[in-house]
Amino acid sequence: MIEIKGIKKSFGKLLVLDGIDGQFHKGKTNLIIGASGSGKSVLLKCIVGLIPPDEGEVLFDERNLITANRDLKTDIRREIGMLFQSSALFDSKTVEENVRFPLDVLTKMPMDEKMDRVNFCLKRVGLENTNTKMPSEISGGMKKRVGIARAIVNSSKYLFCDEPNSGLDPATSLKIDYLIREITQEYDITTIVVTHDMNSVIELGDQILYLANAKKVWEGNRDSIMKSNLEILNDFFFANTLMQTYREGKREN
Amino acid sequence: MSSLGKYFIFIFHLFKNRESFGTYFKLTLNEAVSIGWNSLVLIAIVSTFMGAVSTLQTAYNLVSPLIANYIVSLVVRDLTIMELAPTIIGIVYAGKVGSNIASELGTMRITEQIDALEVMGINAGSYLVLPKIVASVIMFPVLVIIAAFLAIGGGYLAATITGVVTGADYIYGIRSQFNEYMVTFMMIKALIFAFLVASIAAYKGFYTRGGALEVGRASTQAVTSSCIAILLADYLLAQLLL
Repeated sequence: MIEIKGIKKSFGKLLVLDGIDGQFHKGKTNLIIGASGSGKSVLLKCIVGLIPPDEGEVLFDERNLITANRDLKTDIRREIGMLFQSSALFDSKTVEENVRFPLDVLTKMPMDEKMDRVNFCLKRVGLENTNTKMPSEISGGMKKRVGIARAIVNSSKYLFCDEPNSGLDPATSLKIDYLIREITQEYDITTIVVTHDMNSVIELGDQILYLANAKKVWEGNRDSIMKSNLEILNDFFFANTLMQTYREGKREN
Repeated sequence: MSSLGKYFIFIFHLFKNRESFGTYFKLTLNEAVSIGWNSLVLIAIVSTFMGAVSTLQTAYNLVSPLIANYIVSLVVRDLTIMELAPTIIGIVYAGKVGSNIASELGTMRITEQIDALEVMGINAGSYLVLPKIVASVIMFPVLVIIAAFLAIGGGYLAATITGVVTGADYIYGIRSQFNEYMVTFMMIKALIFAFLVASIAAYKGFYTRGGALEVGRASTQAVTSSCIAILLADYLLAQLLL
C-alpha cells in the first residue's frame, strides 16, 4: 500500500498541491484525476520522488521515501515501475533492450534468464515479435505496451502510469486500460494512474482521487462518482454529452 | 555564479551512487567509438588544411634572405603542437561533440527518458554523463595527437607542392630544436579541454527544460560556453605551465 500524508508543493508563489492525503491499495487501480493544470502529474512525481514535496510524507508499505536514506530510497525506487506519458523508451535501444534494461543495470541475472523474463513480459503485453524493432518503428500504442513491459519486468511492487492514454485512439486506449487492470490484479501490485480520460475512470476506477484548486476535493470509486452531487466534480466528469448520456443511462437502469 | 555552483554540484553528483564497473565499461567503450571514431574524419580534414595554410602563410611572412627555409616548418611544428592541435581542434571538437552531447541529453530530458532512469533508482547523471566524460578524456588526446601529425603532414604537402620549402628543408625544420615539453604541454591541454567540453555540454543538456526550442538553445549554449572555457583555460595553462 502507498499512503500520502499532507503533501504540499509550490513552484515559486504558485501553490500546486495543498496538503494532499490519500491511500492507494494493493491489487487495485487507484486513479488521480483532475483538469489540466490541477497538479495531478506533480503529485505523481512527488510520490515517485522525481519532485521533492515541500511538506508531507510518502509511505511505501510504511517506508517513507522522503526521509529515507540513499540506500533505502534506491531500494524503494527499484520496486517501482513507471509508464510515462511519452512512453520514455530509450531511442537508441531496441524494444528488447528497452524491456531488458532494468534487469541489465539492476540485477546480475544470467542472460538466458533475462531473455526468458523479457520474452514473457513482451508476450504478456501482446508484443511477441517486436524484439528487434526500434521505438521509432512502432506505433504509439505499442510504445505504451513496451513501457508497461519495461515497468513490470523487474517484478515491480508499485506501478505508476502518467496519462497512459494520451495520444491514443479510443480502441487502443481501452486495450491499454484493460492491460493495466489485468496486470494490477494478476500480480497483486499497487497501481496509481493519473488521467483525465473519462473512459479510463469507468474502466479502471477502483479508487479515485479528484484534485481541483491544489486540493483533494473528492474521493470515491467508479460507482460513487456517478452518484456524486459535488458540482465541481460533475462539471469536470460530465463535461461532454457522451458522459451525460452515460449517467442518464445508469440512472434509468 | 549560481550556474557555476550548480555545475560543480552536478560534477560532484556524477561520482555518487554509481552503478557497477561493468556497466560503465561497456558504456564508455560505446561513447569512445561515438565521440572518437566519429570525429576522426572532421578532425583529419580540419587539421590537414590547418597545417597546409599555416605553412603557406608562415612562408609568406618569412621572406628574407636572413631566414633559413627550414624555419618555416619549425614554426609550423611549434605552432601546431603548442596551439593549433589542442586549442583549434578543441574548438572544432566542442562544435561537433559538445553540441551532440547537449542535444542528446536535452532530448532525453524532455522525452522523460532521464526521469525513467531516475524512477528505476539509477543515478541518471552518473549513468549517462560519466561514460561521456571518461570517453572524451581518453579519445580527445588521441585525436589531438593525430591532428598534430596530420597538420604537420598537411604542411609538408603544401610546402612541397607549391615549392615554398623543399621537402628536405621541411623535414630538417621539424626535427630542429625540438623541446619534448611541448608535447607534455599539448597533452595536458588536451586532457583539460576534453573534460571541459564533455562536462559543460552534459551539464547544459542534462538541465534542459521545455521542448525542441530549448534543446537547440542548450546545444548552442554548450558550444559557446565550451569555447569560452577552452580559451580561458588555454590562457591560464600557458601562464601557469610555460
